[in-house]
Amino acid sequence: MKYLHLVWTNLMRKKLRTLLTLLSIVVAFVLFGLLGAIKQALVGGVSLAGVDRLVVRHRVSIIQLLPEKYKQQMLAIPGVAAATHLTWFGGVFQEGKNFFPQMPVVPEEFLDMHPEFILPEDQKQAWLRTRTGAIVGRKTADRFKWKVGDRVPIRSLIYPKSDGDFVWHFDIVGIFDGRKEGTDTTQMFFRYDYFDEAKPEQGMKGTVGWYILRVKDPAQSAEVAKRVDLAFENSPAETKTETEGAFIQGWARQVGNIALIVAGVLSAVFFTILLVAGNTMSQSVRERTGELGVLKALGFTNTQVLALVLAESSVLALVGGAAGLGLAWLLVRGGDPTGGLLPMFMLPSRDIVAGAVLALVLGLATGLFPAWQAMRLRVADSLRRI
Amino acid sequence: MALPPKMSETPRTHMNADANGALVQVDGVEKVFRRGSEEIHVLRDLHLKVPRGEFLALMGPSGSGKSTLLNLIGGLDRPTRGIVSVGGERVDQLSDRRLAAWRARHIGFVFQLYNLLPVLTAERNVELPLLLTHLSASQRRKHVETALAVVGLSHRAKHYPRTLSGGEQQRVGIARAIVTDPTLLLCDEPTGDLDRKSGDEILNLLQALNREHGKTIVMVTHDPHASARASRTVYLNKGQLSEQPVL
Repeated sequence: MKYLHLVWTNLMRKKLRTLLTLLSIVVAFVLFGLLGAIKQALVGGVSLAGVDRLVVRHRVSIIQLLPEKYKQQMLAIPGVAAATHLTWFGGVFQEGKNFFPQMPVVPEEFLDMHPEFILPEDQKQAWLRTRTGAIVGRKTADRFKWKVGDRVPIRSLIYPKSDGDFVWHFDIVGIFDGRKEGTDTTQMFFRYDYFDEAKPEQGMKGTVGWYILRVKDPAQSAEVAKRVDLAFENSPAETKTETEGAFIQGWARQVGNIALIVAGVLSAVFFTILLVAGNTMSQSVRERTGELGVLKALGFTNTQVLALVLAESSVLALVGGAAGLGLAWLLVRGGDPTGGLLPMFMLPSRDIVAGAVLALVLGLATGLFPAWQAMRLRVADSLRRI
Repeated sequence: MALPPKMSETPRTHMNADANGALVQVDGVEKVFRRGSEEIHVLRDLHLKVPRGEFLALMGPSGSGKSTLLNLIGGLDRPTRGIVSVGGERVDQLSDRRLAAWRARHIGFVFQLYNLLPVLTAERNVELPLLLTHLSASQRRKHVETALAVVGLSHRAKHYPRTLSGGEQQRVGIARAIVTDPTLLLCDEPTGDLDRKSGDEILNLLQALNREHGKTIVMVTHDPHASARASRTVYLNKGQLSEQPVL
């Protein structure tokens, strides 16, 4: 601690240079935090996925439909405890930018399969009583200022009603919350029976998007998945069954390999910062050759001089990293920049810890070469340069 | 200028004079610098004894090797051949790490261009050598106050070097050199960058440190006016020492 004053005053030697270097580090860590939140939004559901749930979709593509009659066959497969289905409705509220996910479901099966959603009992009963009833997640309800009792028009981009109208009307009978932080509350669920009855006759009735199965023993998930796919092999709609986590990852991969893209962007950013901050430190040490010689003349060892320079670069990186991560945290707390499209928008604690470690590594890396140069300075030679 | 009571609270290892009473002994020292393929013989078969408590002036023309000899005595450089012994310690044989620790304990340097750190105040500059000790912050502060009082700059403790005159900066340099109560002070042209009045103040201070506090001082100078303050003067010419001036 007694050297902290020396470290700090050396950093403040050229205030503008230090400030600009610090700002570049802050920007890098703001980017680190925001990209972390976006990555979490797209693939974070994997960690929240049910360990005892499988997703069964059409083998060719998620957008191909499966027969609704498959449900009874799935329930007969050994290891399957329960089965329900969902379908992608693809609607918007009023205009295109007001997109959010909506899916028709069988209410009691759905709520039983997804204990992570919390719906008051009276609202559940209202849903069971109301054919056109829908429950909506808290995030979307707040986004559009919906409340229980509202009647809302949703225009589907996929499904017309039998009268040809693509606008469907739903009665909001409940608002659900998530049991854990990060649970997606952007979605709306309405009744499958109303959906199927109202669809046109041609080809669309009696079909669903995908199934969710609960297995009796999660350790047997892989076996059960194989059995399900075997049961529908060589049928007109063959299936692909996978864990819910793998399904979510596959969904995110449609956007692109999110983790790889984020890693690529951050690598480029931090490599640039390494060069910028490293150059700043090297310049600072070169300007102080004489002073470092004086310190050695006074009795500072080579190791102490090395440590002083490394401490300077580390303090700079840690201050910049802390400010950047703090700013990123505040920005993320400000809410989803898409206005509710992302299922979650949060900066996980593990990313904050990773950011702190990265700041320290950056500090040490940027200071290493100039610190080594300072360590190797010969006292008599450096004093001659003054 | 009035001097405060003798400063003697800094814990340090006492350096002994050898059997002949010499604190500094240089025997058969040679120093050769290599510049590419060229060899420059700066010091040749040099012998020097500095008794404890002496104020020795080292004079000679520019390039005669005065600062080189000072650096060897202070452990800032190593001889090509020969022995450098200070307080019974073979300085030429110490490792870099032990040499640094030895310098911190036993040597105070006063440089021609003061060599103060511009980002530190006078008191923080004086404190620098004490950071290498185990003294607490309050103990360090007390020693710094004493050292600045000895050089008469207590009222300028919080000033940065850029706001001090040349003479004041050199006095801060002397305060830094004496704050650890070293046995040996090595001064390289301490008045070289000062006007006569400021230079005289510095020389008065060095004389007082020698006479009142018993400091052994080796001072490099090219100024006869400065060397007249010393108790003995030796002359260095073409790498060799003599008690007589070179004409």
